[in-house]
Amino acid sequence: MSKIVFQRTKGLTEKEFSYCPGCTHGIIHRLVAEVLEELNILDKAIGISPVGCAVMNYEFFNCDMQQAAHGRAPAVATGIKRVRPDNIVFTYQGDGDLASIGTAEIVHAAHRSENITVIFINNAVYGMTGGQMAPTTLVGQKTTTSPFGRDARLCGEPIRMSELLATIPGATYVERVSVHDPANVRKAKRAVKKAFEIQMKGLGFAFVEFISTCPVNWGKTPQEALNWAKEHMINYYPLGVFREPKEDAQ
Amino acid sequence: MAKVMMKGNEAMALAALKAGCKAFFGYPITPQSELPEYLAKHMPKYGGVFLQAESEVAAINMVYGASGAGVRVMTSSSSPGIALKQEGISYMAGAELPAVIINVMRGGPGLGGIQPSQADYKQITRGGGNGDYYVIAYAPEDLQETVNVIKEAFDVADLYSNPVMIAVDGLIGQMMEPVDVDMEVSKRELPEKTWATTGTQGKRPPVNINSLYLDPLNLEKHALKLAEKYRLIKENEQRYELVNMDGAELVIVAFGTMARIVRSAIELLSEEGIKVGLLRPITIWPFPEKAFNEIPDSVKGILSCELSTGQMIDDVKIANNGRLPVGFFGRTGGMLPEPEEIVSAVKAMLGGLKHE
Ligand SMILES: Cc1ncc(C[n+]2csc(CCOP(=O)(O)OP(=O)(O)O)c2C)c(N)n1
Ligand code: SF4
Repeated sequence: MSKIVFQRTKGLTEKEFSYCPGCTHGIIHRLVAEVLEELNILDKAIGISPVGCAVMNYEFFNCDMQQAAHGRAPAVATGIKRVRPDNIVFTYQGDGDLASIGTAEIVHAAHRSENITVIFINNAVYGMTGGQMAPTTLVGQKTTTSPFGRDARLCGEPIRMSELLATIPGATYVERVSVHDPANVRKAKRAVKKAFEIQMKGLGFAFVEFISTCPVNWGKTPQEALNWAKEHMINYYPLGVFREPKEDAQ
Repeated sequence: MAKVMMKGNEAMALAALKAGCKAFFGYPITPQSELPEYLAKHMPKYGGVFLQAESEVAAINMVYGASGAGVRVMTSSSSPGIALKQEGISYMAGAELPAVIINVMRGGPGLGGIQPSQADYKQITRGGGNGDYYVIAYAPEDLQETVNVIKEAFDVADLYSNPVMIAVDGLIGQMMEPVDVDMEVSKRELPEKTWATTGTQGKRPPVNINSLYLDPLNLEKHALKLAEKYRLIKENEQRYELVNMDGAELVIVAFGTMARIVRSAIELLSEEGIKVGLLRPITIWPFPEKAFNEIPDSVKGILSCELSTGQMIDDVKIANNGRLPVGFFGRTGGMLPEPEEIVSAVKAMLGGLKHE
């Protein structure tokens, strides 16, 4: 008898991803979907699609979904979770969505320690609208709206959402991960799993930030983009756990 | 049940509870704050959820989420807060989600004032947010009617899967009036919410709550489907009251608090032998165009009376369709007219008409 070593996860539909070649949105979708399947929570999951490149991920995740206005996913998730506490509710948001227009919603979801799971995609640009500067764009990084490179005097230093949220008492679990190589992908999956387990235990707000790539708007090949993420992004956005439930702290 | 004295904002909250409202999300603003305060205290007894959001923007998006999850949900606010909710209301109309939104209107623009106003008429009746949509809007004139329409509004929202707004003002919100919260109201036969995100529970394919249609042909189809729904609403849900129409020389169109003042003016006028009727819209969207067919031949002109500088008058003109002269009287900024001011406006208009 042959053993199946790789199989499409039930957490994803048959629909082909709409992401550009080499974009790590796809990997992150797979990790979330696999975790939903492995924890056997697909049947109770309700996901929130953002505004951004992942806007149509209601077609990809094989569970109930709601599409939210730009940045409002944590509020929509709050509305769902409060009336359906037995369901598993998660948002999937980019850095324009979460770190710019939706800062109030994410900060207060953490502040109330909403029992939801947030998957945050930090790719240092606004992907969908064509690579404009995001609050996460690195100093000196050229984008379509910072054509001379981000100038910290004009636009400030990039915002570190994990560190910011970790200062909020209600943030139960905050971790930053990356998917630039297989070892990190495995680590990232463990973080996603933990973020959902925390919700299943009713422990409160769980947040996983992904360093992600946007080869198209970074003007790089997929491999160059992975290297750039590793060399430049992680340098400014260190990986690791910023907050975790007391019982789990080593 | 007999009538009891209640403050408007509290009676509105109780009406929602009686209608089976199971979730409330809102943000404090005068002159409606007693409404969320009442729910904060009493919602738990009814097994529902009360949450004070970080902003009106967040509150309406929480409403979106809860409604999408299939639960009867409400928010309340006042004019500047309703302005902030427009994004979410447009998304809800697009995604065809029901909810009841109470707007205890105050003066504007900007921070404006906190006194009664009807200056949000256009914002309410033209959709308010982006896109081709409408919210069903009731503008009751006293507390009993307000309580009744709130109870009905939850059914109407569910029936059409569309947001419903209750447009009142601080006078109704703040005043103590005798009210029977258990008065029977008409009930609708409601479809099951098969579209709600409850988790598949392994029993059905996933569902999705959404207002995105990237293909223009599909978005057009969606808009046409909504348009057909709005046509049905216009046909079935216009509501109005006609007062003192027989043999009237002039008809005043007025809603809400203004209609109450107009009633006093009409009595003063009748003491002087001047017969004036009242056409009182109870729904401001759909605007009760049908009522204009019932205006008798004795009527020589129409006077739109509003707590604004003149907004509903455009709908009055559309409904009147050029048949009769249309005049305007209004006070705004939170100023309420004395009935005598309306009496003078009526006499001036009638005088002008005689000289034509
Ligand atoms: C209210 C509002 N403002 C602006 C937009 C336009 N818009 C669409 S996607 C997007 C940026 C998304 O960027 P990000 O969240 O970083 O996600 P990515 O596309 O990079 O995955 C913007 C500004 C919108 N749809 N709605
Ligand atoms: S634009 Fe960037 S973030 Fe969006 S799909 Fe393409 S590579 Fe990914």
